[in-house]
Amino acid sequence: MTENNSEQHAIDTSTIQKIARLARMEIQPEREQALCGELSTIISWIEQLGECDTANVEPLASVTGHSLPMRDDVVTAGNEPDAVLSNAPEEASHFFVVPKVIE
Amino acid sequence: MSDILSMTAVAARQALDNKTISAVELTEAYIKAADDTADNNAYVLRTSDKAMEMAKASDKRLAKGEAGLLEGIPIGIKDMFCTQGVETTASSAILKGFVPPYESTVTENLWQDGAVMLGKINCDEFAMGSANETSAFGAVTNPWIASEGPLQGKALTPGGSSGGSAAAMAARSTLLAPGTDTGGSIRQPAAFCGLVGMKPTYGRCSRRGIVAFASSLDQAGPITRDVADCALMMTSMASYDSGDSTSIDAPLPDLMDAFATAKNAGIKGMRIGIPDEYTVDGMPDQIASLWETGRKWLEDAGAVCVPVSLPHTQYALPAYYIIAPAEASSNLARYDGVRYGQRVDGASLDDMYAKTRGAGFGDEVKRRILIGTYVLSAGYYDAYYIKAQKVRRLIQNDFTNVFADVDALLTPSTPSAAFALGDESKDPLSMFLNDVFTVPANLAGIPAISVPAGLSSDGLPLGLQLIAPSLREDTLIKGAAILESAAGFDHVASGAAS
Repeated sequence: MTENNSEQHAIDTSTIQKIARLARMEIQPEREQALCGELSTIISWIEQLGECDTANVEPLASVTGHSLPMRDDVVTAGNEPDAVLSNAPEEASHFFVVPKVIE
Repeated sequence: MSDILSMTAVAARQALDNKTISAVELTEAYIKAADDTADNNAYVLRTSDKAMEMAKASDKRLAKGEAGLLEGIPIGIKDMFCTQGVETTASSAILKGFVPPYESTVTENLWQDGAVMLGKINCDEFAMGSANETSAFGAVTNPWIASEGPLQGKALTPGGSSGGSAAAMAARSTLLAPGTDTGGSIRQPAAFCGLVGMKPTYGRCSRRGIVAFASSLDQAGPITRDVADCALMMTSMASYDSGDSTSIDAPLPDLMDAFATAKNAGIKGMRIGIPDEYTVDGMPDQIASLWETGRKWLEDAGAVCVPVSLPHTQYALPAYYIIAPAEASSNLARYDGVRYGQRVDGASLDDMYAKTRGAGFGDEVKRRILIGTYVLSAGYYDAYYIKAQKVRRLIQNDFTNVFADVDALLTPSTPSAAFALGDESKDPLSMFLNDVFTVPANLAGIPAISVPAGLSSDGLPLGLQLIAPSLREDTLIKGAAILESAAGFDHVASGAAS
């Protein structure tokens, strides 16, 4: 990140496959090559941040500047299984159904 | 009919109160306008029966003298807002068929104030784009056309991501339009379509029930025909909401009063900063000269304009394109084919996730999820994500420093007028550059407004942007009222319904 070297951070197909796996998102093999070029261009462009001096700067995660509000730990909604499940691709007996995960 | 469609929301409210028109007549006119302009692909779902029911209820309340702030005003809703019982997809194939069992707080506020729902409006997929070309429903066409020059005869983009909302406004197939703005998605399409668009202070409008893109940047706001309508609609949309942990519990300034004050008394003594760094390479002369003209308009009304410096401006876009994809990759993890949306079966749970997401997301969304996953992954988190958050603080500090001396900033809204559909979609980087003037306000969480200020030599709308400190939407409305009066922008898109 300290040097602006696009070669060093060029994204290859194995990197595409790795991050696609992390994102649980299938990428068509014929798109991988094009994505390498597109992501390498974007990543080398954002690396210009390396020239910005951020020594002793605190990261900013929230612009509001105040801490998250607290509320009483009480039930305010719920017990609406039909509404919760109304958009489920597959449901049974008020449960979401997924492929078998335990062999 | 054309008289009805040419009324602003403020004028229509008056006509409804005076009983010179009924809410049913107004709604019928907009339903017909949406029929007549359907070719622009602005609407993805029409709810005309529901609109007529709501209009009849409005007429009853008007008759009883119980009219709300937006009573009887027909509104098309960007498909990023969840609407109870009405399909909401964020213009993505992965949410096809999703019918929310709840209403977003912002749209609930509109209905509570008496507004009438015309339908759901096209946008970039998950609001990721600057041309409304990434929508699973296809691109939207800008009702404006170039009267001469290289763009003559070409279909133009309305901008994005609130492209459908801006196109529907310019086509007069909706009277008001709520948008969402993560990096410029209200202001850039408003500028491209000759409209007013405001992104308020982060936290002014509840994010509850808005499909999440980048939660620390997302903010809803109005797209309207003029500044008075913007003040009216903002007043309805804003509210403190315990259902959004970043909602601001501070009263909205009286924006209608701010508008009237500026119209009557000008803005004597208001200090306006002109940021040096917003003069970018390759900025067209007519945008630079419009910016200069805008400065004179404000000075003529009593403002004092001074040059200011926001030294980290050049780093805003690259920081944004780390932070926004990082948050998006996290937010969009929920589309897994289990609880809602589309599912593609697979051999295992992981395989089902991967196939579902591979089939459901479009190319731009996939690209941003991959970038976000990359910058958050082990070994890169500090170098990219934390670095971008540090730069974000420097950008916020830049604004804090200049607002010690000035009340607002004046900049162009966009580096160009509307461009041809298809022109920039093949190059993600040149598409990103559309947001160069709008992104900094999102990173700093401060309010900004785009006001139509003139036409390009090709006859296309151009906007000027005002940026104010946190919570000072009233300053924006005052400055915008002056720019609007001075510009006298009364052009109507050739593709508008009549």
